Order: sequence, then structure tokens, then C-alpha cells
Amino acid sequence: MISLEFLVASGVGWVAACAIWLLLRGRTFPVVLGLSLLGYAVNVFIFATGRLSLGAPPILLGAGSVADPLPQALVLTAIVIGFATVGLAIEIAARSRDEAGSDHVDGEEPGR
Amino acid sequence: MIEPHLPALPVLLPLVAAVVLLWLGDAAPRIVRLVSLAFVLLGLGAALALVDRASSGELLLYRLGAWPAPFGIVLVVDRLAALMVLLVQLVALPVLVHASGGWDLRGRYFHALFQFLLMGLCGAFVTGDLFNLFVFFEVLLTASYVLLVHGHGRERFRWGVPYVVLNLVASALFLIGVAVLYSATGTLNLADLARRVAEVGEPDAALLRSGALLLFVVFGFKAALAPLHLWLPAAYAAASPPVAALFVLMTKVGVVAILRVHGAVFGDAAGAAANVVPGWLMPLALVTAALGVFGALAAHTLAHLIAWLNIASVATVLIAVSLWSAAGWSAALYYMVHSTLVVAALFLLAELVAAQRGAARGRLEPASPVAQPALLGSLLLLAAASIVGLPPLPGFLGKLMILQAADSALVWTVVLASGFVTMIGLARAGSILFWSVREESERGRAGHSAQLVATAGLLALGVAMALAAAPIKDYTDAAALQLRDGDAYLRAVLGRAAPSVRPYPPAP
Repeated sequence: MISLEFLVASGVGWVAACAIWLLLRGRTFPVVLGLSLLGYAVNVFIFATGRLSLGAPPILLGAGSVADPLPQALVLTAIVIGFATVGLAIEIAARSRDEAGSDHVDGEEPGR
Repeated sequence: MIEPHLPALPVLLPLVAAVVLLWLGDAAPRIVRLVSLAFVLLGLGAALALVDRASSGELLLYRLGAWPAPFGIVLVVDRLAALMVLLVQLVALPVLVHASGGWDLRGRYFHALFQFLLMGLCGAFVTGDLFNLFVFFEVLLTASYVLLVHGHGRERFRWGVPYVVLNLVASALFLIGVAVLYSATGTLNLADLARRVAEVGEPDAALLRSGALLLFVVFGFKAALAPLHLWLPAAYAAASPPVAALFVLMTKVGVVAILRVHGAVFGDAAGAAANVVPGWLMPLALVTAALGVFGALAAHTLAHLIAWLNIASVATVLIAVSLWSAAGWSAALYYMVHSTLVVAALFLLAELVAAQRGAARGRLEPASPVAQPALLGSLLLLAAASIVGLPPLPGFLGKLMILQAADSALVWTVVLASGFVTMIGLARAGSILFWSVREESERGRAGHSAQLVATAGLLALGVAMALAAAPIKDYTDAAALQLRDGDAYLRAVLGRAAPSVRPYPPAP
């Protein structure tokens, strides 16, 4: 039986690997996709630092197991910031394409 | 009434200013500039009050929402934080005056973004919480993304895209590092973290060390430490000059973050994770200083040259930090304040020179003579002499303090040789700019007087540090000692009994 921890860890690793592959592309569109994928991987990673538990409430109710509420609050902040900054990155990439006439990350077609 | 909220003012004032300026929008430039200037002056007043309070050795604590630490977020103003907040305001004021000479009209919302950047900078310096540090990093970075492309143009977007992408990747690494530290210690409050890091034994200490090194990569990236320095020169040279001058402060955020996290938290008392960084920092800083001055030597425009000098000066500061002693840190703080003021002034000065050279702008090639050769030439000479480190200028005093704190021949060689190479680079640039002129071409027009006054004022501040060297040195000495005194920090932030935060037992 695969443990929950192994499943989450390998999932985060796979998404992060895809993100890095995309980030190393030469065009801004895959790079931006890579940035948002990396954001997802990081968010799940933060979430998992509170330890993985099933059916545990994030609030003290006397005895019984509880989930750590802090990573949940952190991940909320990280999601909001990540969403806004990726939006900004798209806008700047689009303007760069308009200015340079190329969507290459170097601002010009390679080999010119 | 304001007194108890003083530590929050450096963050709140720019925030209020930015909101007001967003609301003013495209109102008459006169009104927008006055509002922006008024808030920067208020911030300067708050920063002076903070330095006054902090210089007595008091740790000013501000609990947001009155939540007790480590449950709530705290702002902590010690000598270092107060000094950095004052430095931010001292650079911001002349830069704002310079920008109000016309650069602020080359795009929209310059002043609002300017205030957001100040908010992020001040927040990053006063925060006592690791995640909050990330949030303020994002505030200042988001403002910087837009400010970098202020004025638009192909060159700015060309370097804006890599700048944004690299910073977003660094932010992701920052989050991973923070999460790793949280998973191993269960806290993000810096004082609490310092206490718990010491209690973590093997094998969890390996997790702590990797988290600390991840954060070192992020802070090293911000401070343009080799091999993560290549984004800086072209981006700063492409940015509009007032923005570049303001960005000089951003590299210092990385230095202060290294001092706060790796110096204070992962210092001598960190048990199995003690002193993970100095072994990496010293060689990287030495290499960066060498690369920085050679980059300056090879630069083809004045702005590129200054951007490379910025890398070299931050690297010199980091060399002093990597000595990992109170004397080294004190020297680092003194040299950091001085080099920030002078390099920011150089960026403003480069624009004044470029504006008077016709089509050649700041390119290091023969062009029409500048209209005010005596004034601009002597300003550049003064700045150059100070950044090179010629006595009796404060750059000399700063480097002398670094050399006194170091007992390694390698540090002496790199610091002295980099000063020499800087001198060659600046002498070459100065002689081309002012002497290698084509007389037949038309002369440029004299500069805007407010811009000249702002640039000269910023430079004068940097040079005046030689006159007030003794009190400033006393202050930085005390700041370095305070930074190394983890117990006093812990007592001030957490009080005597520090409750546990974790709702579950540590992992078996």
C-alpha cells in the first residue's frame, strides 16, 4: 500500500520537475506556465509541512488529533501573492512581445 | 499618541501615501509630487525618531493586533533596523526630488509605486517574522517589476522579463526554505526560531541546514552574489535612473536578511545547524567582488559601469559579513550605508552627465562636451574617490575597518586590488566623458537645478559620513553586538515564558 506521504511527495516532485523543464524553455508562454506550475508545487509543499492527517480539524476541540492551521494560513497568502505575480508576469511578457516583436525570453529571435 | 506605534510608521506611512496617490491617479503632477514628498519627509522624521530611540539600545517591539509573540506577527526595531530604515528614507528623498524633475511623468503611477517600494523595503527591515519577511519581499518586488519598466521602451522590457521570471523563481525557493524551516521547528518568529533551532538534533538538523542554505540562495540572489549576479547590471542600466538609484537599496535587503537569518538565527548558538553559511559566503563574496570590478572595467556605458560597481560594493559588504565577527559586521554596516548613498548618487549623476552629451548619452565614446564640466566632473571625481576608497573619504574608512577586522591575506588582497581596478575603470570613464570630446558638435544644455541639488545632496550625505565617522562607528559597533546578542532579542520578543505553538507532538 502506498503511503499518503509518498504520494504527495512524489506528486510535488513531479510537478516541480515539469515546472523546471518549462522554465528552461526559450519562449515566454511556457516560462509563465512553468512559473504557475512551480507555484502549485510550492503551495502543496507548504501545506504538507503541517504534516498530513485525515479528518483532523484545524482547531483545538479538547482531546483528539488536530491539524496544524498555520500552514493553511500561509498557503492562502502564498496563493494570493503567487496568483498576482504570475498575472503581472503575463502582462510584462505580453508587453515585451509587443515591444520586441518576438516572444523569445531574450527579446529577439535567436540567431539574429 | 503616536509614540507606541512608532515602529509601524515606516511601513504604514508609505502604505497610506501609496493609497492616496493611487486615488489621486492622474491629478496635476504638482499635487502628486507634493503629496509624495510630504509623506517621504514624514517617513524621514519617523526614521530619525526610531534611530534616536534605538541608539539607546532599546529593542522596540510592535505586536500587530496585540497578539502575543510567537502567535502574532511582531515588528522589531533594533539598531540595525532603525539604521536601515533611515538609510531608505535618506536615499528616497533625493531620488524623489530628482524624479520630480521629469522622469516621473514618463509612465503612470510612478509615485504610488515608489511608495509601495519604500513600504516593502522598510517592512523587510523591521519585521521579526520569517513569513512576513517573504510578504514584504513580494511587496517590494512587485513594485520593482513595474518600476523597472517605468518609461517603457524595448530595452526595459527586454530585461524586465528575465528580472520578473528570476525573482518569481527565487520567491518560490524562499517559500520552500521557509516551509522546510517550519516543518523542522514549528515556528516562523525569528526569535522563537533561534531558540528552537538550537534544540533540533540530528537527523532533523540536516533539514534545517538545507532550509537555511535554500534561504541563502534566495538572499544571495537578491544581493547579486556570484554566480547569481548576472541579472543585475543590464537590468539596472536599462531602468530609468531614479529607479536604478532606488534599486541600490534592494540589494541591501539581501545583506540584511543574511545578517538576520543566517547571522542571528543560524549563528554560533544554533546547535547542530550552527554557522552553515560563512563557509560559503566568504569565497563567493570574494569572487563576486573580483567579477564586479572586472565587469566595471569592461562596461561600455556609464550606467553599466555603476551597476557593476554596485555588485562589487555589495560583495565588499558581504566579505565583511562573512568575517562573522562583531568587528566585521560593524564594518559591513558602515560600508553598506556609505556605498549605498554613493552608488545611488552615481546613478543620478550618470543621468545628469548623459543628458548633456547629446545622442551619445552615457556611452563611453567621444561625444559633444557636457555643458557643466566643472560641476559634474568634480561630483564624479568625489564619488569615484570615495567608492575607490581614497583617504580621507568614508569609503577609505569603511574599507579600513573591513581590513582591520580581517586577518586573512586573501581578504586584504581582494579588497585592495578591487579598489585599484575600480579606480582604473572610473578614471577611464571619467577621462572619456569629460576630456575625449569632439569640439565641433553642439554643446548640451545645463541640468535641471533641482536634480543637481538632489544628486549633490545625496553625494554630500555619503561623504559627510567621514565627518561623523566616530558616532556612526559607535552606533554600528553597538548594532553588530546587539545582533549577536540572541538572548536579549529573545527576552524582548517572547518574554520569559515562551509557550509552544505546535498542536501536535514532534515527528518520531
